[in-house]
Parts: sequence; C-alpha cells; structure tokens
Amino acid sequence: MADKRMTEEDVVGQLRDGMTIGIGGWGSRRKPMSMVRAILRSPLRDLTVVSYGGPDVGLLCAAGKVKKAIYGFVSLDSIPLEPHFRAARQGGTIETLELDEGMFQWGLYAASLRLPFLPTRAGMGSDLLKHQPSLRTVRSPYDDGEELVAVPAIQLDAALIHMNRADAAGNGQYLGPDAYFDDLFCMAATKRFMSCERVVPTSELLREGSFHTLRIQRMMVDGVVEAPFGAHFTSCEPDYDRDEAFQREYAATAASPEAWQAFRAKYLDLDNLDDYRKVAVKR
Amino acid sequence: MSDYILAELCAVACAEAWRGDGEILASPIGLIPTLGARLAKATFAPDLLITDGISRVVADTLPMGARATDHVIEGWIPYRSIFDVVWSGRRHVMMGASQIDRFGNQNIACIGDWNRPKSQLIGVRGAPGNTINHPTSYWIPNHSTRSFVAAVDVVCGVGYDRARALGPVASRFHEIRRVVSNLGVFDFETPDHAMRVRSLHPGVKLEDVVKATGFALVIPESVETTRAPTPEELRLIREVIDATGSARRELP
Repeated sequence: MADKRMTEEDVVGQLRDGMTIGIGGWGSRRKPMSMVRAILRSPLRDLTVVSYGGPDVGLLCAAGKVKKAIYGFVSLDSIPLEPHFRAARQGGTIETLELDEGMFQWGLYAASLRLPFLPTRAGMGSDLLKHQPSLRTVRSPYDDGEELVAVPAIQLDAALIHMNRADAAGNGQYLGPDAYFDDLFCMAATKRFMSCERVVPTSELLREGSFHTLRIQRMMVDGVVEAPFGAHFTSCEPDYDRDEAFQREYAATAASPEAWQAFRAKYLDLDNLDDYRKVAVKR
Repeated sequence: MSDYILAELCAVACAEAWRGDGEILASPIGLIPTLGARLAKATFAPDLLITDGISRVVADTLPMGARATDHVIEGWIPYRSIFDVVWSGRRHVMMGASQIDRFGNQNIACIGDWNRPKSQLIGVRGAPGNTINHPTSYWIPNHSTRSFVAAVDVVCGVGYDRARALGPVASRFHEIRRVVSNLGVFDFETPDHAMRVRSLHPGVKLEDVVKATGFALVIPESVETTRAPTPEELRLIREVIDATGSARRELP
C-alpha cells in the first residue's frame, strides 16, 4: 500500500486558482481547519467552496479566497450566525448557490455516482428555484407525472476532510457520533485529502473503534496529513470538544478589519501546526 | 399566571404540537421546543423518537444539557440518515422562523435582496425539504409585525398557498401543524388554510395579538385560552427536564 502522508503545504500545492473545493464536517464540527488555514495563507484565489458551512466558509470569505459558496447553511452551532460569512453576503462580495440540506447531499451523491442529477421533492414550492435559475425541475416519466427538483451533481475538484484516525495508505476512521458526509465529499472529488488526529498502523485501526467506524477507504484518498488538533477550534469528538472561548474570539473579529488582522497574525499566519497549538489550544 | 411562568406555558404548548403523532421522529429546534418535545414524550406521547440533538436516539427522559451516553440509547440517526427519515415522512419538526406569513410560508435565509441581503441569516437549512415531506410546526418567541409579516422575503419553509399551487400530487405530504409564539397558539384549520388564532396565552388580549401581526388572522367566534401546565408537567419541567433552568431562561 502506498504511503500517502504529506503536509498541509503539499495539499495546497495540488490546488489551483478557481477550483471547486468541498470541505467535510458539519457547521462547527470536525472541520479540516489546519488545511483551511494553509489555503488561507496561500496565494490561491477565486475558489468555489462547497460545505455544510461553519468557520471554514467564514475564514475563507474573510481572507478573500471565495468567489462562490455552495451551502445549505453557514453556522457556528453555538453561535447560530457566522459573522464573516454574513459580512461577505451583505457586502455582495461572493456568488452563492444555496440549497436545502438534503438537496446538498443529493448533489454530492449525484457527483459520486457520476449522474447528472438526482430527483427530489425538496425545494418544490420554495424560493430556491425562483432565485437560482440554474436549478431545474424534471417530470416523472411514470404515471404519477410528478414534477421534482433535479438537483445537479456538485462535482468537486478537491475534497478536504478531517478524521480521528487514519493509516498512511488513506483508510480513515471517525470515532465521534457522526460521519457527516465526508465519504461523499471524497467520492464526489477528483483529488481527495484527509487530515487526521493521529496516523496509526493499519493493524491498530480497530483498537479504538469497531470496523463500522472505518468510513473512508484508501481508494477515496490521495493524501493523508497527520494533524493533531487539526480540527481546532471546531469539535472533534471524542478527541476534543469545540473550543467555545476561541470560537467567540474568532466571531468577535468580524467587528473590525483591525480585529481580523490581529487575529489572523496571531493565529492563522502561523505555518507550523506546533506553533499554532502552543498559541491557540488551551488544554 | 400565578404558579407557572410563560416559558413553561409555551413549552407545554409546543409539546401539544406532537400529540397524536405516534411512533415518529420528533425534531425540536431550539430550547423551548426541545423542552416541549421531551415533555411530550415523558407524558402523553411516549412513542415519539427523540435524539440528543446530535445523533443518538434516547429512550428515557433526557434532561436539557445532559449527555446521551449517561442515558438509555435506543438508536442512532446520524445526519446521513436524517434526510432519509425526512423524505420518508416519519418526522415532525418544530423550527424557528425569522418571518412567517398568513399561509405559513417561513423565512430563515435572509432579509432583503437575495443577491445582496440587508441581513444574512442562517440559510434555508432543511426547511424546503421538511415542509414538503412531513408535518412542520414553528416556535416564534418574539411575536411582532417584524416576524408575522404580510409577505416573507424568502420562502424557505413552504406555506399552504405555495403547496396548493404545486397541485395535489406534490403537496400531499405538506402540513403546517401549529405555530406557537409568546402570545398564543395558531393553526391553519380554516377553509383556505389561512392562519387562525387557536388559543391566546392567559392574560394576552386579542387586540394586542392583532396589532402585533402583519396580516389578518382568522379569529374564531370564541377564542380559547392556552391550557395551563398540569402539576405533573411542572414537576417534570422543574425537577427533571430543565432543573437548571437553561431552557426556561429563553423567555423573560
């Protein structure tokens, strides 16, 4: 089995301006934040970000990396509204495709299955279709003749996810209560990058969880980044909970450009994960 | 209101939304609805399935803020399974609404122009899929002409007029069951499914509700009063489900 270990900078080296990048996790939970910070420090621009959005979307918006966001929501969970995402929307600086959460899943799934779309009732009657003419409907070819939303495949150039454990070959394990849609992000993407709290020998993957927790197979992954506290400040159960104090500090930086710049210099511009942990992670 | 507070009354009114639902997933969004759902399950709706808000289905009564792992876990519904449940219809959600109109159209996405909103809110979340697939109720703690509006800025949750326009096939699973606010309880049990006053909370005057609502409510000949919590419900709220008061602090 190939050793796919690499650094966050190696991952960024494989990304290009204008790419569509899917980010796993959910809200402010198990987000691949060390890879997000690496993008933020890079010259990459004009990205389309696809996410069940949390601070990943907010940070990239604040850093001016986002051309377009595809999302069902953007929230910090304990802080319902993501302030940097709000600023980008209210400033009119980003394009958007907003989807119902289930439609979003369907879009990733369609891309995973190499289908052009998948039908659903979700979205019918809402304003999503009115405001977003790129969304079309399809009529059932059967006797019912029901009109349904044809959710377009959300094809990703790259996917970034964070797992609790992985081996060097790219088998990934989640130990928390939910896998979210991380496998679908990988399935929908051309290039797939997985960070993890700890790389372990393949033979030790079942020490902490049953085989049911081995959600990510190595055929779904091109690069593995060992990143302890790589999801900080989002939650990464059972390894750690969300850092609520840090999240509040982050959210407060939307108040002024000065506050954002100070936050960025203090935490985000640190290119060494050990340095970041020393400054940001209170244990 | 002498021996209970408004938050307790509202929690019971929220609980009532799930009465008679049987063996389905009750999904409360927010503190008072969560208190209400757990109260319903602990009293008159024992067949409801209720999660810890993350993914674990908890069989016994889960107090606010308690960890599911300290309780009886009877199942697991991660996000990957949620939309299957939603689209299969075995669910009744109670969501919030930044805006709601006369036919129950709901907005949580943004205020103002879609392309450059005056105020970006959370996003449509699951509202479109929820409302077209299974019963939906709403909890609105700040009843005013800003929340009860003539027309919502963005239709996220689908109301009765929109559902009717889709025709009988597409709208056959659509139902807005109940709207609970800090002033009263509302439903859509009228010929054209326009919002009706179901009951007013004790001490609330009809004229105040009419004044705080940005559209014409249907007002029945005699307006009921929202029922008071029973002594057993108050005991469960205060001693078991919300002993720390975290949910009840949502309302003054």
